[in-house]
Order: sequence, then C-alpha cells, then structure tokens
Amino acid sequence: MTTFEAVIGLEVHAQLLTRSKLFCACSAEFGAPPNTHVCPVCAAFPGVLPVTNRQAVEFAIRAGLAAGSTIAPTSRWARKHYFYPDLPKAYQISMYEAPICIGGAVRFSDGGIDKQVRLVRIHLEEDAGKNIHDAQADASLVDLNRAGVPLLEIVSEPDLRSAAEAAAYLRALRSILQYLEVCDGNMEEGSFRCDANVSVRPAGSETLGTRAEIKNMNSFRSVERAIEHEIVRQIELVSSGGTVVQETRLWDADRDLTRSMRSKEFAHDYRYFPDPDLPPLVVDERWTEAVRRNLPELPAARRARFEKELGLPAYDAEVLTARRDVADYYEAALANHRNPKALANWVMESILRIVRERKLDERLRITRWPVAPGDLAELVALIDEATISGKIAKAVFDEMVATGKPPRTIVAERGLVQVTDGAAIGAAIDRVLGANPDKVAEYRAGKEKLFGFFVGQVMKATEGKANPQQVNELLKERLGAGA
Amino acid sequence: MPPIARRISSGFRRSSSEGDRLKVDLSSLTLATAAERLRRRELSSAELTEAALERIAQTEPRLHAFLTVSADEARSQAAAADARLARGEPLSSLDGVPLALKDVFLTRGVRTTAASRILESFVPPYDGTAVARLRARGAVFVGKTNCDEFAMGSSTENSAFGSTRNPWDLERVPGGSSGGSAVAVAAGQCLGALGTDTGGSIRLPAAYCGVVGLKPTYGRVSRYGIVDYASSLDQVGPFARDVQGAAILLEALAGHDPLDSTSASADVPRYASTLRPELGALRVGVPREYFQEGMQPEVESSVREAIAVLESLGASVENVSLPHARYAVATYYLIATAEASSNLARYDGIRYGRRASGASNLLETYSRSREEGFGAEVKRRIMLGTYALSAGYYDAYYGKAQKVRTLVRRDFEQAFERCDVLVAPTAPTTAFALGEKLDDPLAMYLSDVLTISVNLAGLPALSLPCGVDGEGLPIGLQLIGKPFGEQALLGAGYAYEQATDWHRQRPEEPS
Repeated sequence: MTTFEAVIGLEVHAQLLTRSKLFCACSAEFGAPPNTHVCPVCAAFPGVLPVTNRQAVEFAIRAGLAAGSTIAPTSRWARKHYFYPDLPKAYQISMYEAPICIGGAVRFSDGGIDKQVRLVRIHLEEDAGKNIHDAQADASLVDLNRAGVPLLEIVSEPDLRSAAEAAAYLRALRSILQYLEVCDGNMEEGSFRCDANVSVRPAGSETLGTRAEIKNMNSFRSVERAIEHEIVRQIELVSSGGTVVQETRLWDADRDLTRSMRSKEFAHDYRYFPDPDLPPLVVDERWTEAVRRNLPELPAARRARFEKELGLPAYDAEVLTARRDVADYYEAALANHRNPKALANWVMESILRIVRERKLDERLRITRWPVAPGDLAELVALIDEATISGKIAKAVFDEMVATGKPPRTIVAERGLVQVTDGAAIGAAIDRVLGANPDKVAEYRAGKEKLFGFFVGQVMKATEGKANPQQVNELLKERLGAGA
Repeated sequence: MPPIARRISSGFRRSSSEGDRLKVDLSSLTLATAAERLRRRELSSAELTEAALERIAQTEPRLHAFLTVSADEARSQAAAADARLARGEPLSSLDGVPLALKDVFLTRGVRTTAASRILESFVPPYDGTAVARLRARGAVFVGKTNCDEFAMGSSTENSAFGSTRNPWDLERVPGGSSGGSAVAVAAGQCLGALGTDTGGSIRLPAAYCGVVGLKPTYGRVSRYGIVDYASSLDQVGPFARDVQGAAILLEALAGHDPLDSTSASADVPRYASTLRPELGALRVGVPREYFQEGMQPEVESSVREAIAVLESLGASVENVSLPHARYAVATYYLIATAEASSNLARYDGIRYGRRASGASNLLETYSRSREEGFGAEVKRRIMLGTYALSAGYYDAYYGKAQKVRTLVRRDFEQAFERCDVLVAPTAPTTAFALGEKLDDPLAMYLSDVLTISVNLAGLPALSLPCGVDGEGLPIGLQLIGKPFGEQALLGAGYAYEQATDWHRQRPEEPS
C-alpha cells in the first residue's frame, strides 16, 4: 500500500492596523455601524481616484523585513476584476506581477523543533466590503465599511507537511505580525484569515499533486481540522482510483467537512493589469533602512534568548514570547527582581490565567494587567527573601489583583510576615507533638507518612506563616530526638 | 488664401424690444476682454451670465450643445461674483466669467451624465478638482455640455441624448467627444469651456468648430472628478475663442492635486501674463507622416500657409519623422478600450445610476442594467478592451500595445531633440456630415489619426483656427509640445494669432 505525503501552502490575509483605508481617508476601524466609513472613493463613485496610504506601505515593508524578504525598489498596483456587490469598483486593487516583498521565510517552533517555511511573496491589497444575506426576505444588503481596508497577503511556499505544522506556522506568523504591531491577529473577527492549498502525493515523489484550495476557516482549530480532513479526503480519493479536482472547497465547521464551492467552479479570468491610476510604488533604500532600524526583536530571537540567557525551558520561552506584550511584561518584572524561572511561573500560571478569564487581551496590546510587573517582581522577592511563604504569596497575589495594593503593604497590613524565629516555631512544634502522642508513637514506629500531617498541623498553628523549610528541619530534629 | 466665407465681423445683430439698452453680445467678447471689462466694472457678471443664458435659450433648439443648463446656479454665482467685484475683491481674473463644462466633469448637486443613460439621473455628491479650482476662482457655470457617451467618439453623435450640431453648418458634426463644449464657445453661449482629451477629444472639435482647444501634458491638470474613460490617456483642458483665453483657463486648472496620484508636481508657469506677440527663435518641426495621402487639399494648404506665417515670424522650420505614427490608432484602441473596460465596470446598477427593474437575480441585475444603460459604441469598446486583457491574449494585445506606445513616445523624444514644437493639421479633413461615419466605426476612429499619438506620448498639444475650406468650414492647426511645454505652444499660438485673424471668425447666425 502506498503511503502518502501531504503538501500544504498557506495564503494569509492580515488586515493592517492603519487608521485609514488603503486608498482613501475613511477610517479603517472595525465594528462601526454599516456604511458609516464610506466616501465617494471607497464607494467607487464616478471620477474618484486612489491615493496610496504610506502607513500601509510601511507596514508591508516591516513585515517583509521581519521575514527576510527582498523589498522591491519598485512595485506595481494591479487591478483584479470580478463583479460582486461588495466590490464597488468591480475590481480590487492588489499587486500581481510586481509585489512589494519577494521571498523570505518564517521560522517557527513545532513542538520544540525549529522549522521554517519559505515565503513566495508578501503584497498589499484592499479588502472588499461585506454582503449581508438573509437580513431581509428578498434582498441582500451591502456594508462598505470594510471596502478598501488594507490587507497584507502572505503567500507561503508549499513547505508544510501536516495540519499541525500548518497551524504552528500560522501561530508563528500571527505572532510576528502582532510583534510588528501591523495586525491584531483576530481570526474570529476576520482580521487574520487563512486559505490553504492542500495536495497529496506518494511519499518520496517530487511532483506536486493537484491541489484544492480550502477557505472559510475562522479559527486555528478550524485550520487544523479542515486541513486534516482534506488530506484524508484526498488520500481516500486517490487510493480508490479517483483524481483530485482543482477547486475551491469551503470548510463547514458545524458538519466537520469540506465541500466544493460549486458556484465558482468555472475559473475566473481576473484580467489583471497595472492600475493606470497609480504610479509604480517606489520604496527607496533610505525608507527601508529607517523601517529596519525600528524593527522590534522578533519572537524567534526572543525565544532563543530567553532559553539561552535566562535558562528557561523551551516551553516557558515559547509561551512567554508568543505575544510581544507578555514578553515585555515578563522582562519588566525581571528587571525588578532577577528570578527568571519563578517569574516565568507566575506570569504563565497566574497572570495569563486572569488575562484569559477576564478577556483583557481583546486588543493587540494588553493595557490593563492584573498587577503591575514591578509588584509581581516584589511578590517573588518577598518569597525569595523568605518574608512570606509561597502559599501565603498566593493569597497576597489574590489581594493584589483585588485591591491593586503592592505586596509589601498587604503583608504588613495583614501581619503575614513569615515566622523564621526558630524558638517560636519550636514552641509550636512542641504544642503539636504534645497534643498528638499517639501519632508521634506511630511515626517513631515507622509510619513516616505522618510527617506531612505534623507539617500541616504546625503550619495551621502558625496561621501558615512559619517558614516551611525551618518547620521541616525542626520537626525532623524533634521527632528523631525522641526515638 | 481661400475666401473667408460667412464671416461676420461685428457679431450677431438681434432685434431688441427693450430698445434703449444695448445688450451684451458674448460673441464680440473674448474671455480676456470680458474679464477685463468685469474688473473695470463696465460689465457685470449678471449681465454676462444673462446674455449667455439668453443666447443658449435662443440657439439650443438648433445646436443642442447642452445636456443641462444650470441657470439658477449660474445666476446666484454671478450675483456672488458681482458682490465681490463691487467690493474690489475678485477671486481671480475668472471671477464672474460664464463657462461651460463637458458633462463628464462631476459637479456637486448638478446632474452629471457623461451623455449616458446609465448616469441619466446621477447627481454627484462632490466637485471634481478642475471644477473646484474654477469655482474657487469665481467662475460661473452656465451648464453641462453634450459629448459622446463616456467621451467615446469623434462626432458627439454617440451621446445618448442626441447629436450636437456644428454652428458653421447644422448638417455637420461638431467633432468629438467634447463637441458640446466646442460649440458652446464657437456659438457664443459662454466665454470658455472645459473638455477632456483622450485621443483628440478637445482638439478635434476645436478644429471643426473654429475655436482654440488645448490638451495639456498628461498630469498637468488633475483628473480627479472627471468620469474616467482611459486613465493613462485622459487629460482635462480648456476651450476658448483665442489662445489667451486658453492660457488663462490653463493657469487656473494646472497644478499638483494630492487626490490624483498621476498629477504632476511641476511648477505652474504664468501662462497668460507671459504671452508675447513676438515668436522668438522657435524651432518648428514638421512631421512628414502627418501630411498623408487622402488629406483634404485645403487642410494641407492652410497648414502649410500657417507654417509659412510662423517662418515669417522668425521660426526655423525643418522636416522630422515619427516612424511609428501609423501604429498609433491601433495601439490607442487596445490601451484605451482595455482601461475603459475596467473603468466602466463600476456602473453595475448597485450603488447609483440606472438599475434595470424586474431582474430576478444578481447576474440579471448586472447584465440588464448595463445592457439598457450603455450605448452601442460604449459596449463595443468594453468588449474590445475586455478581450485585450483576457488571459491568453494579454501579451499579444495589451502588452504589445504598451511596447508600441513606448516606441511612439520615443519618436517624439527624438524629434524634440531638434525642435521645440511640432506643427501639423489637427484633422485630415474639416467637419464631416452628421451620420456620415456613424455606421463605420473604423472610419470614425481614423478622424483621430493625427491627434492620438500625442495622448499615447502624454504630450501637450494646441489646436487653433488657421483657415477655412471651400465650404467655409474651419481648419485646425495643431501645435505639439514637449512634456510641460504648454508655454511654448501658447506662445507660438499667440504670436500666430497676432499675425492672422482666423481666430476672429464667427459662424453666421444659425437660422
């Protein structure tokens, strides 16, 4: 029986976070009432002309440089024609023969293994509006707010071999765009969209099989599931003597399958040609260099640094660097108290849990952190200097989140300072042992499991404030001495 | 020199029941003299505007130069201009001057149709840049002039709303596509007008109607707010009775527009005030390809005489060659139609303009709206252009045409190494009869054989009257300049006008 290999390439559309649209001054913001961000230009009235948004071009350069693409000194806008009510000009201004970024690659980590996907190109284009069906019985409505919003199309080479790998690449790409602050990466709202070209071939073959293009995947989970299903469908088809048809298939998340988009089966002739309303787009070396100088450290480099310089495990480094704001937060805390691993645990387990629960990450940047990074650092410092125990620290953290007070204030107000006085701890131990003579006897007879019981009792007696290490040592001493 | 037929030196006479007050006669004024008399307050804008409106009312039944006459707007603009002039605060030398606009210029609140059914009731929400610039300078707009539908044609017969007639002979075409604007100026319905020129659409009607028409360098005037035909070829330009009028209008129109990425940032010279009666040391080139077989003999002789006049004024004359000129018409009809097929795709009946009623689905809405809304010539060009851009044909047609376009441009560059302006006829013949070429698109296309190369090369060119034929029909002289060489063209044209009086001819009162 033949074994098959999947060949996958992704086309990603990332909505750019410019204030205005790609070719007019209308706001590009998401979520306004229908048709309120519309002017004669984006509604394609007679006589209007496009004017290129420089910020969008700069965002494209930023993305290209981050991926190591060549920034074309001259690129060209092209018109892509098709009739649809959400496309007012009946053509989309895009780039065709001369894209702004050529080549490049995206490095990503797939389950701890470093991989990379080569890029074919990155280009700019305008988004279409939105048709709203079923709102009225006999009419469709058109909302042009999104018409003309800038998009970055990022086309990968067919370098991916599994659905999981595709998802890992997609996450890495989104992370890069978020680091660059060019896209908020929200798949549900459609600001980060992905189409997949999937084909299969006998393992070891060099020729590409016929591909199907999968659309309508609006979550990472959908991307993974849809590609998985498509691979299985194609392998079953080919194995049973069938052939794959080059077509567009829609992912149906409810029914967990892809289905052919029959209405668009016949190939479109988009009649691309250079847009005569726009001169060639010229990006000189100075502009490119200025953008390059302002590039942030990218996730892959940051992840490597966290592993190497801070000694963090690969998993921690990956989680902490997935978002630039989280990594920034972590490093801000670290600047106040240098305990990389402890801070990593607190950020991953406590901070990100609250961020998720309270949905504080709805925007590109988390602006409302549960606690300030300096306060988190102070909390860890209090543990490290043995002022409080880890257990007390959890209570202090909850109160920090609730009140916004710094940890030292809470510890002082509530008298939570750890008891490190050996005499006081010893006295508590004596009380506990004195009250439990049977258990002491059992322990000394060999039932060592009871040690935990004694620790618990001592902590209870000291309201959790006793230094656990000292409790351990002194308990061992006393229990052993009486044997 | 052929006899000057039908020439009336003192303008139209008309009987006035009011008697005592001599009415303003627009045909005795030029744009510059009218502006001067406004400034000196010998005339009011209201008087000028009323005279224009009355003239329009009187002549329109025969000429049909206008699709919309905006009398109320014109009167209120005139009143505002008079108030400024009375305060001694005119906005410019155009303040209060009545002008007409080809109906492809978007005018806020005033219907703009492009002479098409598909825009029959379209009222623009904004002013285009050329209109806004004239408005800011106080110009009065008397109305929107007839043209070929979407500026596609050479006779104004392709208008969905009926032909315009040539005031020199009502059985002849005015030329096109900006026929209505040329007629409005020739017939004294206004003092100046705007047109657009994609392959000759200003120069051809200027020649046929005996007025001055200027097609500026591509990018000299903003295209923002004109109904697009072919983006890489379209250019806005003025019509006037004389070169000075065209220069005044160009000065108001020219300049960079942030709303048009193809508009040029080159400085705008003071075209009007720098005009001098002397020609100076001008090197004139005569392209041999522009004097071809089959040309009307009187056209050739008039143009040769004009060249002799220029020579007598001090110009040096030499023959030049534009070897790729013969490919220009074919090249143009690939590039222009390709761009048009794309530019006109937006007229889909969804957001504005005509929508076919009773369509049962989206495809039907599209196809029936466009079927009913577009005329035959527009459909022909959309189909030609769609074909030229189709997969598998692109390289052979559109791609090849772009290469030939480069060769055409290079021809001019080489010619301009040796001369400052080129001189040629504007058209091979004078105005042809209404209906004569309507059923023969190729013959119609060839009317533009001498104007089209200029658009492909993006150059400026001026057409001005240089004679009349045996029937008394005007002949146009075409001066072609280097990129942004409008000043040289206007200078040469002005000097020519000082030495001749062809530009003073008026058509006889049409009866």
